[in-house]
Amino acid sequence: MKKTRGEKLFYIFNCVFLGSIALLALYPFVYVLSASISSSDAVVTGKVILLPKDINFDSYAKVLSEKGIWIAYLNTFYYTIFGVMANLILTICGAYALSKKRIVGRTAISFFIALTMWFQPGMIPMYLNFRDLNMLDSRFTIVIGFAITTFYVFLMRTFFQGIPEELEEAAKVDGANDLTILWKVYLPLSKAALVTIGLFYAVHRWNGYFWTMILLSDESKVPLQVLLKKLIVEMNVNDEMGNMALYSKETIIYATIIISIIPIVAAYPFIQKYFVKGTMIGSVKG
Amino acid sequence: MLLNFKEIKTNLVRDRYLYLLLIPFLAWYIIFAYKPMYGLQIAFKDFSVYKGIEASPWVGFEHFESFFKSPYFWRLLKNTVLLSLYQLLFAFPVPIILALLFNELKNGVFKSTVQTFTYLPHFISVVVVAGIVTNFLAPSNGIINILIEMMGGEKQYFLTNPDYFRTIFIGSMDIWKEAGFGTIIYIAALSGVNPALYEAAVIDGANKWKQMWHITLPAIIPTIAIMLVMKVGSMLEVGYEAIILLYQPATYEAADVINTYVYRSGLQDARYDLATAVGLFNAVVGFILVVFANKMSKKLTDTGLW
Repeated sequence: MKKTRGEKLFYIFNCVFLGSIALLALYPFVYVLSASISSSDAVVTGKVILLPKDINFDSYAKVLSEKGIWIAYLNTFYYTIFGVMANLILTICGAYALSKKRIVGRTAISFFIALTMWFQPGMIPMYLNFRDLNMLDSRFTIVIGFAITTFYVFLMRTFFQGIPEELEEAAKVDGANDLTILWKVYLPLSKAALVTIGLFYAVHRWNGYFWTMILLSDESKVPLQVLLKKLIVEMNVNDEMGNMALYSKETIIYATIIISIIPIVAAYPFIQKYFVKGTMIGSVKG
Repeated sequence: MLLNFKEIKTNLVRDRYLYLLLIPFLAWYIIFAYKPMYGLQIAFKDFSVYKGIEASPWVGFEHFESFFKSPYFWRLLKNTVLLSLYQLLFAFPVPIILALLFNELKNGVFKSTVQTFTYLPHFISVVVVAGIVTNFLAPSNGIINILIEMMGGEKQYFLTNPDYFRTIFIGSMDIWKEAGFGTIIYIAALSGVNPALYEAAVIDGANKWKQMWHITLPAIIPTIAIMLVMKVGSMLEVGYEAIILLYQPATYEAADVINTYVYRSGLQDARYDLATAVGLFNAVVGFILVVFANKMSKKLTDTGLW
């Protein structure tokens, strides 16, 4: 196909425009990284705009010397690892059973769980429920209390339904029961989908702050996001004190931000395709 | 009927392992999703923590009345509706436009790099985004104010000025963080368009603009409709978890929405019954909105959530 001049011009303009958008998306990361390894002076007086000035790692040394951040980091790993395990187990249980048309009351159950997507009782009844169950301030609560996101159950169910029934029938003929079939036939065929949904859950777990903030009061149990929230809010409260010590609050906050996003940014290039795929499975189903 | 019952019984035995899988799954929904719904009744009670849910006396619509009559009601309603309308108006179209533009790029390194970069902010937590925003906009030494001053402007107190709140919030949390990732679903829809349609259009003499209008856009209308219904369904949520990170008493005038009020009155001041009533009001209106939006979407575009 031959292109007209207008089309060529549009193409160039489009490239420039989208390129700028990409840089705009990236800029805050570059700035935060640069500022975190610059001297406080350079950051506070505005000498750091893109690249770092007076490169040093004092802020990182300071942040990493705090015991709290290590504890919070471990907690975040704990909630992410065990949380995602709970997420996947319960999601698979429900999605697999509901993917079978022979289940009695399948439509009713689907409705029963779909309703929770569109009508939520709100944060107070949820909080009081956890309190009634004696589940405040416990790691177990964070892992189990948020173990299912209904949308992913439907996503997983759609995926299971796409696996040919003949495979199930063949396994049945060989005398396998439903649990063996799920374990030996369906799960191995669903690896990509499981990784995708696991990653969706993992990002929720890693980034979640609201409920951990509300339900956990013991500082030894809080994850990174809650610690970061405290740091940002409290440091901004102290802003007016004007203490210009060795470390400015800016470089400390920026260093903490970088430390907290490193695992996600490092894993991102490898996991990106799963998110794209996962969103597409969801969109096909609608 | 009797035969049916027998049939069910043999099925239950035959599929016992499937039902076994359902038990923990349904137990989770009952304990963590439906039990709180039972707890919603405290919206109509004078709830006391010591008496518990059942023993607390009924007070009818008292909490709703005091909420509707309180000076906050109109401000909260206005802020919630305005914020979601602005989200709909300014944030909702951005991924659609970006997806259409991405679609025009040739596949290659440039395209995938640009997409990778724009998806990235989605993976950053609201806490980190709020941290970046507060530091960038800090009055004395935030980078934005430094740049403003360099260009001869005057420093602004962005975060304490209610006039700027909606712009800052939507710009950071809805556009910067989510617009890039939001394109994926539209790109997926666009990839389903048959290339033969474009070839035929070119033969018929349709230019790029006409192709977009008559082929590309119709192809993603169902996706737009679904996304719109979902957006309307969560309209009253307006991202309160992110708002409580960015607002402060000085900006409540524009930033305080129904859910942030529920958070403050319920979880900070422990007025559980009132806060539950306010939350219930929010949930009911939200539910009506999603049912209504789904009906409209089905009528207009033949696509809906259910």
